[in-house]
Amino acid sequence: MYKQTQTVRRALRCAFPYTIPIFAGFWFLGLTYGIYMNVSGFSFWYPMLMSLTIFAGSVEFVAVNMLLGSFDPVQALVMTLMINARHLFYGISMLDKYRGTGWKKVYLIFGMCDESFSINYTADIPEDVDRNWFMFFVTLLNHFYWFSGATLGGLCGSMIHFNTEGLDFVMTAMFVVIFMEQWLKEQRHTSALLGIGLSLLCLLVFGSGNFIIPAMLAILAALTCLRGRLEEGQS
Amino acid sequence: MTLTQQIIMIGMVILGTVLTRFLPFLVFPAEKPTPKYIQYLGTVLPSAVFGLLVVYCLKDVSLFAGSHGIPELISITVVIGLHIWKRQMLLSIAGGTLCYMLLVQFVF
Repeated sequence: MYKQTQTVRRALRCAFPYTIPIFAGFWFLGLTYGIYMNVSGFSFWYPMLMSLTIFAGSVEFVAVNMLLGSFDPVQALVMTLMINARHLFYGISMLDKYRGTGWKKVYLIFGMCDESFSINYTADIPEDVDRNWFMFFVTLLNHFYWFSGATLGGLCGSMIHFNTEGLDFVMTAMFVVIFMEQWLKEQRHTSALLGIGLSLLCLLVFGSGNFIIPAMLAILAALTCLRGRLEEGQS
Repeated sequence: MTLTQQIIMIGMVILGTVLTRFLPFLVFPAEKPTPKYIQYLGTVLPSAVFGLLVVYCLKDVSLFAGSHGIPELISITVVIGLHIWKRQMLLSIAGGTLCYMLLVQFVF
């Protein structure tokens, strides 16, 4: 029993520093989201329960508009699937890492937002730290930051007055660092360059609202075509 | 919208999100061997996805209006520079963010 508690504590202590930037980012975005719901006429129960049950930032902002519009469940489902389609790629990448995580697996997959995926995929977890608990805590802490930020924003959003302009850049900075970490670890940069290049191309062609799905398809097509060459390089 | 209709709408958003997260795990269960092609994708996709996420964060930056993306360019350079220099994740992120906040609040 004592040993179990120690394992859990050590994993929490190891996971927490990785989530500090996400704490800053999620509190900022969560507060913004809560305030946005607040000024759109919803009580704090909405951001509180939605941040807890949906836990996918971008789609929650869109959901505010859906709730203000006309009742159309099919459109709500289709919009959500389109915005969140990138999760499919995360799942494919995590098939191995989330294997054998036991009861935690359901929660790990439920809480697999951009940030949880990025940390759990790239983090160098020390040998003496339990991997499953580490990934569990990264997910749980992120979930908690988002939930508490959104709830606070819904409760007292209108009372907060200090200049946070530009704080949302913390998320961009984090993904740049994660991209670099991955870049430094890998031998060939074909996939990383394709990811940046094809995404930029699709952003230019399709615009900021519609570029994710074409970019995903382009990346998938390019990686499929290059399979022979890339697999050769790995072995 | 009535409360029931709102609950249905929110339920649809939950369903859509959960579907996109669970689908790969349902289609390729842990007990069965994963097809070679999917295993290959699992190893090469992440690098491309991180690139996609960086572009996704910058999607609303306009090069031809406002501050022309200059604060973003400078701050990303700071992040990269700090990370090459010290390779301390938190330092690189905090330094870049602070730089960006100073730029958008006081310079641009």
